[in-house]
Amino acid sequence: METEFTPFASLLGGGLIGLSAVILMASHGRVAGISGIVSRILPPAIDTKGLPQGLTFIAGLLLAAPLWFGFIGQAPVVTISSNNALLGLAGILVGFGAVLGNGCTSGHGVCGISRMSGRSMIATATFMTTGVVTVFILRHVVGG
Amino acid sequence: MSWGAEIMHFFSTLFAGLFFGSGLILSGMANPTKVQNFLDIFGTWDPSLAFVMGGAILVTAPGFWFVQKRSTPFFHDMFHLPTRSDIDARLVTGAAIFGIGWGLGGLCPGPAVTSLPFATSGVLVFVPAMLVGMSLAKLTALPSRKTIPA
Repeated sequence: METEFTPFASLLGGGLIGLSAVILMASHGRVAGISGIVSRILPPAIDTKGLPQGLTFIAGLLLAAPLWFGFIGQAPVVTISSNNALLGLAGILVGFGAVLGNGCTSGHGVCGISRMSGRSMIATATFMTTGVVTVFILRHVVGG
Repeated sequence: MSWGAEIMHFFSTLFAGLFFGSGLILSGMANPTKVQNFLDIFGTWDPSLAFVMGGAILVTAPGFWFVQKRSTPFFHDMFHLPTRSDIDARLVTGAAIFGIGWGLGGLCPGPAVTSLPFATSGVLVFVPAMLVGMSLAKLTALPSRKTIPA
């Protein structure tokens, strides 16, 4: 299914994500990596010291969609696969891979690259590549 | 820390989360089909997400540089910056696995959590599975930390 090319909305949305990363760095001195923030408050070895900030940030994330709905009056367009087995597998791989590789799209792709981290550039190039290959196989080999 | 600073810390963190989630929704990152279209360069390619990353880095790179001229953050005693620079197998393997999952579902951790209130069945399956995956990865990392050389 095609989606509309939205350079301005995407650039502006990206700017908001950047603003969030800068606020978090200025207030708490931490990189805004969502997989890190979420995984640190999960067992085993829960980071109890960072728990209040982690939960507060996640509460903010969860407020975004209801507020969007309240202001805009309609839910944003979200189309997702109806294959729940596939999404379950995707979830496990995303969670496992992000923690093993110390970061996801936000921690490596935004914050890491902004810090000119070589590790983050390698990680971002790697997950972009396997992502492209996966979608190619999913849509053009298996689903083709 | 004073009460005033505690309250400021709470609200800055809450607004950071709110801006992050709003940015994901506005940019289209919270729409899994749009994410998969970004990765589908040989099909229905939608380059929008390159602009998300570009916009984010345009703000984050100078912002981090400016903030780190301070000796400490405003409401915490020190900066917690990643210090490693070595490229190891864990990093590359983890990123490769992450990318496969990202391609399969069109969701990464931020958009997945942000989309929870919409309660679509796909997200309700994806998020618990993601949390299990994270805990599993933390488990595999534990023994190496606990190992004491004989």
